[in-house]
Parts: sequence; C-alpha cells; structure tokens
Amino acid sequence: MSSNVLEVEGLNLAYKTVRGDLLAVKDVSFSLKPGESLGIVGESGCGKSSTAYALMKMLPPNTSMFTGKIIIDGENVMELNETELRRKIRWKKIAMVFQGAMNSLNPVIKVGFQVAEPLIVHENVPKNEALEKAKELFKLVGLPQDFINRYPHELSGGMKQRVVIAMSLVLNPKILILDEPTSALDVMIQAQIMNMLKDLRKTLNISIVFITHDIAIASDLCDKIAVMYGGQIMELGSSEQVLLDPKHPYSAKLIGSIPTLRSDKKLEFIPGAPPDLVNPPPGCRFNPRCPYKFDPCDKSEPPLYILDGGRQVKCFLYKMKGSGE
Amino acid sequence: MVEDNAILKLENVKTYFFLPKGLFKTLVVKAVDGVSLEMKRGESLAIVGESGSGKTTLGRTAIRLIEPTEGRIIFDGKDITHMSDEKEMKMFRRSAQIIFQDPFMSLNPYMTIREILEEPLIIHGYNDAEERKEIIVKSLIDVKLQPPEEFLLKYPHMLSGGQRQRVGIARAMVLNPKFIVADEPVSMIDASSRAEILYLFKSLQEKYNLTFMYITHDIATAKYFSDNLAVMYLGKIVEYGSTREVILNPKHPYTSALITAVPDPDPKNRFIYRKVISGEIPSAVNPPQGCRFHTRCPYKFDPCDKSEPSLIQVNLNHMVACHLYNKK
Repeated sequence: MSSNVLEVEGLNLAYKTVRGDLLAVKDVSFSLKPGESLGIVGESGCGKSSTAYALMKMLPPNTSMFTGKIIIDGENVMELNETELRRKIRWKKIAMVFQGAMNSLNPVIKVGFQVAEPLIVHENVPKNEALEKAKELFKLVGLPQDFINRYPHELSGGMKQRVVIAMSLVLNPKILILDEPTSALDVMIQAQIMNMLKDLRKTLNISIVFITHDIAIASDLCDKIAVMYGGQIMELGSSEQVLLDPKHPYSAKLIGSIPTLRSDKKLEFIPGAPPDLVNPPPGCRFNPRCPYKFDPCDKSEPPLYILDGGRQVKCFLYKMKGSGE
Repeated sequence: MVEDNAILKLENVKTYFFLPKGLFKTLVVKAVDGVSLEMKRGESLAIVGESGSGKTTLGRTAIRLIEPTEGRIIFDGKDITHMSDEKEMKMFRRSAQIIFQDPFMSLNPYMTIREILEEPLIIHGYNDAEERKEIIVKSLIDVKLQPPEEFLLKYPHMLSGGQRQRVGIARAMVLNPKFIVADEPVSMIDASSRAEILYLFKSLQEKYNLTFMYITHDIATAKYFSDNLAVMYLGKIVEYGSTREVILNPKHPYTSALITAVPDPDPKNRFIYRKVISGEIPSAVNPPQGCRFHTRCPYKFDPCDKSEPSLIQVNLNHMVACHLYNKK
C-alpha cells in the first residue's frame, strides 16, 4: 500500500448554507500510484471540484464538516496545520491548476516572472536562476522560451493555459490536479494541450487527478476513471472497464451523451436535474433519474460492490454478482 | 417562386471592426470577409469554426446586431442591409431572434423568469396582461420548463444551467420568430444535458417551421442537429455542404482537422497522440496572403500562399475553397 502516492479514505465534506448543511462530498475513497492518472468525471455540482479542493485542503470558510483520511506521499495531511501544509505539502507534493486559472494571471507582470515568483519568494532562489527554471518549464509545456518576457495579453487562451500548468510545476510536485483544464478552449487547442499533458506525464512521471465533465477527454489521459454523482463515487475502475463496459446506469448514460463523429449512435441524455445535496433523495442518489430503478433503490443506499478486476460499482443491480462490502 | 423559399440571403457580406491605434492609425479587423450564403425556410445551418473565425460576428451581422461594412443581407425577400425605418425594423426584430452562449450572463439576475419573458412582449405592444401570461406559459411549456407556474416567479440564480438556457430559448420564442441565431447554445452546458437541448431545438424547428443558424466550435454537436454545415476560417467560408456529407467526406484540410480533434471516449486514446494541426488561428488584422489556412496546412503546395482559392462545387451541394480541388 505504501507504493501509493495518494490515498483518500472516507472523505466527507459539507458546507453550511442558509438552507442547511450541503454534503458536497460523501464517503469518497481512491488511491493513486506514482505516474498514474485518475479522471474524476461528472456533471456540474457532483462534487468533483470540491474533492479537488479538499485534496489541497483549501476549503471555503463555510465548511461545516471535513472528515476522512488524505495521505499524500505517506503523510496524513488531515493532521497537519496550515503552516506545515504550506511548508511541506502544497505545491511541493501536490499542485493544482484551477478552473479558469488562465484568466487569473496578473496582467501587469511578465508571465515568466509569475512562474518564477514562488521560487524567488519562498525558496530564496536568485532571480536569474528562477527565470532559468521558468524557461525550462516553458519548454516542457510547449511554449517558446522567450515567451517568459511576454505579458498575459500577448498570449492566446491556449498559451495562457500552458503558462498556468508550468506555474503549477515549479516546485516539482508529485501529484498534479487539473480542474477542467480544457473546457474553455477550442477543440483544436484542447487536442494540443492534451498531447502536451501526455508528454508531461511521460517526462516527469507525475501522478494526475484530472477533473472534467467530458468523459471523452478523460479517456485521453486517464488510466482510471471515477464517475461521481451527487457527491459520491458511483463507479470506479480502469478506463477500459468504465468506458467500454460501464456498469452503473449513470456512467452508461454519461458515455451515451457524448456526441461522436465516427458512429451513428443516437445521442442520449439524462432527463431531470442533479440532486439537491441539502436534501438528497432517499436511497441511491441517482434513483429519481435511473431507468433501471427497482424496489430497494429509493429505500436504502447501495454499498460499493466490488466486481471482477477490482472495479467498484455503487448500484443494487450488482448485489447478486458482487460481494458486498 | 424560388426566391420565396429563401429566408436569409447573404451576398458578399463583410464586417470589419476599426480599432484606433495610437493617434492617427487605425487597425482593421476583418472579422467577416466576404461571406455569401443562402438559407431556406425551415433549414438548420451550422456555422463551425474556432474562436476568431468570425462565426459569431457573422451570426450577429445576419440579424443586424452588428452593421455590415459591405455586402447585402436579404431577409424574407426584403433587403435589410440599410433598413432604418423604425416600424419595419421592429417587424424584423420580431421575426429574427438570438439565443446567447452564456445562460449565466444573458439573463438579468434582478428579473423573474416571468419578467424576462414579458419584456419583449411589452416592447412589441402586447398590452393585454392576460394574453401576455398565456404566451409566456405556452413558451415555457414549449421549452419543457414544467409546470410553468413553478418557474414564473423564480429568479435565474434558482435554476440550473440547462434550465436557464431554456429560459433563453423561451425568450427567443415568445415573439413567434421565423429565424433564430443560436450562438454556441450548448457549450456552457453539461455534456449530459446537451443532447436534450439539441433535441428541443429540433422539435421547436419542426413544430414552428423555424430556421436555425447554429453557431458552434464543436462539429460533433452540429452533426446531431443541422441539415447543412459551413466551416469558417478567418472570416471566410472554406467548406459548405450537407452536414452528413461534410462530416463523412470532408474535403478541406481544415475541416478534416476539426473532425480529428474531436475525441471519442476510447481508452486507447491515452496511448496515442491526437493528430492535430499545430499553431493557432492567425490574427484577422493581417490575414495571411493567398489561402488563409496555408500557414497551418499540412498539404500546402505551390499556389497556396499566392492566390486565394474560391469556393468551387465538388459535389452536389458540397463546396470547398482549396487549391487541392482546383487543379484539374
């Protein structure tokens, strides 16, 4: 087990709202080996971004509950205080590219310096050395090295996205979280960025948590895929298992909703809306939208059944076939 | 009459933007640079291209939200290019509507759904409050926001992205238009609800014989909705044809590239690199000489950087602007 660079066990996260506690993440567990990448896929509001922020332990002030275990490189970060986290974990062990981060670059500072800044300020690296490192990172993410002297407005969206990815790598983290890194970009630029991330994975042997609502893009990078719904992992398995033979009705629907150009399949959609996480539906959270709903679904919550090949599915349809927890 | 069947005709439409640069200089952004097309009643046409290709400007010019610099726009048999008569313009505004990309920014947060949908009716002289309510309820049912009474008093922030976009669609529908420009209507919506919105367009189109101009950067969604497809690059149409034909048998290297860039959910993807053309779309201030795509084209040959290819017919209802098909 110690070979895992990231282990998450029974993660719960709730926010206080005027209507009551909103359980954004419920009992989420997964692990990641060095160099492995996991895709967390789901609709907006399913808790995928909350999970990512929880891994960084960057939580909003209205957090009302945060429990479970997060072990990063052998260290349980739940037990560390803010100073220790900042000194040892954040950006050094685990880094994150936030959604829309490319629009948060400082417009009046050259992008090279923005990438090098943490080295200068926190690590006391001399400025020219830090800029050298920035140049190196630019090369890694496929930007011309002289771009370190440009300002954000001189770069296109795709280039700015590359800059923020370079920025996240500056302290050599072992785990990189990417939150919807390509959703604001054109398909063509998206494909270029995905190719770059593939290179990055190979050169750095970095572990990646890739958060997206588009399961097709997850297939471009991820070894494992976790499908989230209503704050819970509904299905977790290798990309092959989840994409080619989805077991959970929700995963199947999600895959069916991807428009493809190379087959004549009819496009599916999931009627209804995602559950209200302040008052989640009783039983399985997907039951109001599920086409296979049967007797137990709205009465009790299904456990995560473990099927052949170690894949996990949270659905009563697999009660017979799997061995319940 | 053949004429009568066309609802929209663009003739060599150009839309330029003039940006002051320094004291005396002006930069000219050629967002749309000579587009001609014709749309039949009840047709849906997808305009596909990257950001910066001019597709949004074209859509907005077609309904005169932006004034064209040159060319002619003929809507429903009438030349509207320079129409200024207030009454006529109001009639035109009623029959040509737009659905915006961002369902979060395009609805006024201080207005209830009822107020949002009522405003166009008030502007266009529906004075009877009962009648207005009837129309609003009907349009909410049309976009499947049911039961309508439940939505009338809600504010946009109480709705999900998909529901908001339906309100945007209902707002375009209340005046019973003939022609709708849908500008990236599903790009901000979760993948799982996109198909639902596209099916909704389809049903509205059939029910009311609407004409749709569907603007998108995602050629895959176009496949599921539009009859015809025009691919734009730097202000020009580079390929045009029936959607099926263009997707199954793309002629222009740029169209092929757009198609290969769309990923399928296939676990093998992670072991291979996606075939993609390098670089980004050049600036519309100084478009490249000759074919505008030659700077990124993998098949570039002699004439490409010298002369500009014109749209030529390669098949029934299939046109392409590329020197590869010009030779013989």
